Amino acid sequence: MIENQGRRIGDNSDPAPYDFGGAWQPSEIELTRRVARRKRNQRNALIAAGSSAVVIGSLIVVLVTSPGWIALRDTFFKWAYGVEILPKILLGFTTNMTLTVIAGSSVAIIGLMIALIRTSRTPALTPFRFLAMIYVDVFRGIPMLLVILLIGFGVPALQLKGVTNNVLVLGTIAVIITYSAYVAEVIRSGILTIHPSQRAAARSLGLSHFQTLRFVVLPQAIKRVTPPLLNDLVALIKDTGLISILGVTDAVRAAQIQTAKTFNYTPYVMAACVFLAVTIPLTRATDRMLRRTLERQNAQGQA
Amino acid sequence: MKKLFKLIPFFLVALVLTACSAAEETATESTTDEAVICAPESLETLTPGVLTIATGEPAYYPWVIDDAPESGQGFEAAVAYAVAAQLGYDQAAVTWVRTTFDAAIAPGPKTFDINLQQYSITDQRREVVDFSSPYYKANQTIISFKGSKLDGVTTLQGVADAGAKLGAAVGTTSLEVIESAFGLSPAVYNDNAAGVTALKNQQIDGLVVDLPTAFYLAAVEIPDGIIVGQIEGSDASDQGFGLLLAKSSPITSCVTQAVDAIRSSGELANITSQWLADSAGAPVLQ
Amino acid sequence: MSTPVLRVEKLRKTFGSEIVLQDISFTVPEHTATVFIGASGSGKSTLLRCINLLDQIDDGVIKLDDHDISGADIDPDEVRKKLGMVFQSFNLFPHMTVLENITLAPTKVQKVKNEAAIHEAFELLDRFGLKEKADQYPDRLSGGQQQRVAIIRSIARHPRLLLLDEITSALDPVLVNEVLSTVRDLKGEGMTMVLATHEMGFAKQVANEVCYLHAGRILEWGAPTAILEDPKHPETREFIKRVHEAGRL
Repeated sequence: MIENQGRRIGDNSDPAPYDFGGAWQPSEIELTRRVARRKRNQRNALIAAGSSAVVIGSLIVVLVTSPGWIALRDTFFKWAYGVEILPKILLGFTTNMTLTVIAGSSVAIIGLMIALIRTSRTPALTPFRFLAMIYVDVFRGIPMLLVILLIGFGVPALQLKGVTNNVLVLGTIAVIITYSAYVAEVIRSGILTIHPSQRAAARSLGLSHFQTLRFVVLPQAIKRVTPPLLNDLVALIKDTGLISILGVTDAVRAAQIQTAKTFNYTPYVMAACVFLAVTIPLTRATDRMLRRTLERQNAQGQA
Repeated sequence: MKKLFKLIPFFLVALVLTACSAAEETATESTTDEAVICAPESLETLTPGVLTIATGEPAYYPWVIDDAPESGQGFEAAVAYAVAAQLGYDQAAVTWVRTTFDAAIAPGPKTFDINLQQYSITDQRREVVDFSSPYYKANQTIISFKGSKLDGVTTLQGVADAGAKLGAAVGTTSLEVIESAFGLSPAVYNDNAAGVTALKNQQIDGLVVDLPTAFYLAAVEIPDGIIVGQIEGSDASDQGFGLLLAKSSPITSCVTQAVDAIRSSGELANITSQWLADSAGAPVLQ
Repeated sequence: MSTPVLRVEKLRKTFGSEIVLQDISFTVPEHTATVFIGASGSGKSTLLRCINLLDQIDDGVIKLDDHDISGADIDPDEVRKKLGMVFQSFNLFPHMTVLENITLAPTKVQKVKNEAAIHEAFELLDRFGLKEKADQYPDRLSGGQQQRVAIIRSIARHPRLLLLDEITSALDPVLVNEVLSTVRDLKGEGMTMVLATHEMGFAKQVANEVCYLHAGRILEWGAPTAILEDPKHPETREFIKRVHEAGRL
């Protein structure tokens, strides 16, 4: 029995409400707790800073005092030289970016089409479903470099009439074919994870199969797979560098040409920085988006 | 506050990378021994008593016949064995390895004692590798196919005006010639093989290679291949083909002496006329 | 006597070797509500799914307004334009606002003009006290509000028959009442309904007829007071007794 101002649990005999006193002030106990917590937080921050300084500091010291450091720095990080050749690399990078935009938008459309074919149930589409499955398996299983060589060099060797032998076009086609297979699978998995109850509700409202897909399933599926799709976009940006093997001068090749002249590898580092300048913001944006989606999802059902 | 601490590592790394080093780079001095005996017992090769020679993969005609340098057939194969014999290595004491063109020029330790695959001696390359004295000199040459934009072109200006797409392998003097002689932007390939493929596919109008290779490719590899012409003046900056060795290699002076010896004895001229006789007589673009 | 809106004759449904429903026969006259009660697994939800053609029946006939809707060559989409179904898990479309949820089917299926559909949606929301939620997304609504929106969504198309499948089973008791009063209002407006439920409040306040389902058969049926207060069949007695003990009556 808890003694508290003479009242017992469950005692509803006194109709007067509990006396809550005036506006709330923190009690002595709470104040002491706060002081202790503040002290502990400060101590933790100091430990974190100290530990970082010691570990990072010693890593840097080890790096800088190691015998090869000067050579390393001059071979990879000659900034003056790097800045001098940066315009050439940026020029090559415009090729990478153009390719990314063209391939990216084509892949989105083609990948979606293939995903829809694979998730369809119409009997008339059966041969296409089968072909789509083979296509996806094959092009997710071959290294993209091979595809680029096959299409960029191999197709022109056939000397087919009316088929271009322009390496930029062929290289772009190779990239599109390969990435569509990946994106198709990502979208398809997104569609499959939409709970059947959504489809049941849509059909119960009288929506046709196609309308259900278009208004209910696809919007949710695409939203769900946006983070992995953005990952694929980052991968695409990097993989555009592979078409340099066909003789296209992109950022990678531009760096390679410089390096072959001077035997200094700073151009490669500059090219890497250029790629990172685009890919890092994208990955951070993807992370933020993913975090927000998870927060939303986990908060649902608490209303 | 916590966020600031998280950024400290990045600041530190950036600081180090951009800091100017106080210590100056010490110039590497090459040690040249005087009066070294150039014989297998005293030459510091990778494997004592064995001369490891490298060439390209694959090695083309007329430099090597049938991609088999061990046979001694082919211009560079013959030169290699001649130099080896001069140094005192018989045929059994020579081992062949393969490398790519640009892997050998790159600074760093080598898997060979000598490398020969049509390396032009340039000052820039001299900073990172050693060269013997030259054993051959030839102009850069443009090859093409019948009916291309370059078919019938006879002058340097004509090439520039034709709006043709020229290709070359990365890191070669052929590539530099395209830019310096024509100011055109080239299609750059990882190696000559890729460039040949592109020319066959008519994805480029012309490929720039050295003269003997041009003869071979135009005659054998490219359907309806033609030699457009040698690029006049391209051999001015080019100091000729030299045997490539690691920077400050202990055997460089001996190898250079060997090359000089076979040149002055006339053996080099014999080898040249034996293997490269049909590589003369291409038109010169001026 | 006018044709009943729904007539079910000898419906049978099996899942593999398990018999879920057998010998189910009943009629639902216009403007009435038939409530199915029974333990979990007695087949209540399956029955509603069969009527809505979400599951295929193994025997029997289902007739809507005297048209056979269980035939082999029936287009389910056409049938479902006349039926409305509300589910236990609300199944609102999370990527659309409340208003968009409600206007989706009328505009896309019945080809109603956008402004007309919005207008009607607002009217319905107003009638059921949810007007200020029109532009919110479902995840900002309470469970009871979501279920009421789901109900509005299904009646926006003016179905002949409304099927309500355990619509309060996912709600806590406080929220059940608001849904119950919405259904009561619907009944008052003359909606023909079939309900499957644990919630005896529905049976008492809404039903014209209560059917007790046990092991896939309608064991007993009759007026709500009869079934709930004075059941004849021993199984029914047992069930009602257990409901009393659980304090749900």
